[in-house]
Amino acid sequence: MEYISLFVKSIFVDNMIFAYFLGMCSYLAVSKNVKTALGLGVAVIFVLTCTLPINYLINNFLTSNPFGVDLSFLSLIIFIAVIAAFVQIVEMVVEKFVPSLYASLGIFLPLIAVNCAILGGSLFMQQKEFANVGEATVYALGSGFGWFLAIVCLAAIREKMAYSKVPPALKGTGITFITVGLMAMAFMTFMGITL
Amino acid sequence: MDAKLKETILNPILKGNPITVLVLGICSSLAVTVELKGALVMALSVTIVTGLSCLVLSLLRNTIPNRIRIIVQLVVVAMLVILVDQILKAYSYAIEKQLSVYIGLIITNCIVMGRIEAFALGNKPIPSLLDGLANGAGYGIILIVVAIFRELFGSGTLLGIQIIPEAFYNAGYMNNGLVILPPMALILIGCIIWIQRGIQKDLQEK
Repeated sequence: MEYISLFVKSIFVDNMIFAYFLGMCSYLAVSKNVKTALGLGVAVIFVLTCTLPINYLINNFLTSNPFGVDLSFLSLIIFIAVIAAFVQIVEMVVEKFVPSLYASLGIFLPLIAVNCAILGGSLFMQQKEFANVGEATVYALGSGFGWFLAIVCLAAIREKMAYSKVPPALKGTGITFITVGLMAMAFMTFMGITL
Repeated sequence: MDAKLKETILNPILKGNPITVLVLGICSSLAVTVELKGALVMALSVTIVTGLSCLVLSLLRNTIPNRIRIIVQLVVVAMLVILVDQILKAYSYAIEKQLSVYIGLIITNCIVMGRIEAFALGNKPIPSLLDGLANGAGYGIILIVVAIFRELFGSGTLLGIQIIPEAFYNAGYMNNGLVILPPMALILIGCIIWIQRGIQKDLQEK
């Protein structure tokens, strides 16, 4: 029950995009059509769910004074190294064994190493002080899914918007920002919900 | 100063602004702009990190193998961000707590990586340093404009000092609570882009 509550909360209430603006850059750049948005969304869920538990364990090790020193200041550099290395390995494995998947997902993988949502997830994990790996994994899955949902929604709206008349100065980036703002307002209705 | 150097410095602030034109580094610009103080610290941190990481990587550019360059870049940037983070923790702990994860997220700020990839890896150290600093400044200006707007209309203060007089409140004026909430930051940046592209027509998208 606790896990379900955490899962739902991290999708809707603590949504990565609408509440914390994490991963905004690729969110805005890769949401022009639903198909590519789906690819990036799935890649984010996958990388987030794999790296966050690893970082959770590393963080536990670092803060437990392993060599008689508090090494928590190293967490930033180790988190990003884990993420970058993981992305690189996944990219190589997928390229070697599943070329068809690589063709559709491959271009997004390098993008993900510098996606703030991934590092942000690890940093929030550090702040939220989860009790065990299970909670951290569920949180990762939930926030990844929230991100996926947000990018697919925006891509669908932008596909429709191609047919509407937008003032020339607002076209493209401007109207996208305002659309995301309105979507965020809609998501704010989930705020304060407790399960 | 020769024309090319001047272009390097001025372009990121106006025509090639990282936030409004290139749409890079949005995450932090939205989250830290509730108060002007946080925005100033964030703008300064990003400018320093961008400038120094461009300088370091420009010095290293001929020794980094192409295949592992992303990891090398991340390590250099992460080191600089840790330094900034530790300095902030030591001298202004309250602000560091307020900015929370967003200081750490400078590592993945697209402006830093974008400038390294697009400029520092192909240019000499001094222009790279200037380019990094100028891009940080272009980012900072937008951050400060948004923060002034949000703090003034959201809380009636600037840098924590009461700006809107008490008489206004007595006459029925109320702070706009919506401005403090996340969605308004997005809409505000949308409006800044709208204004900028209304003036500089060549930036409009087809």
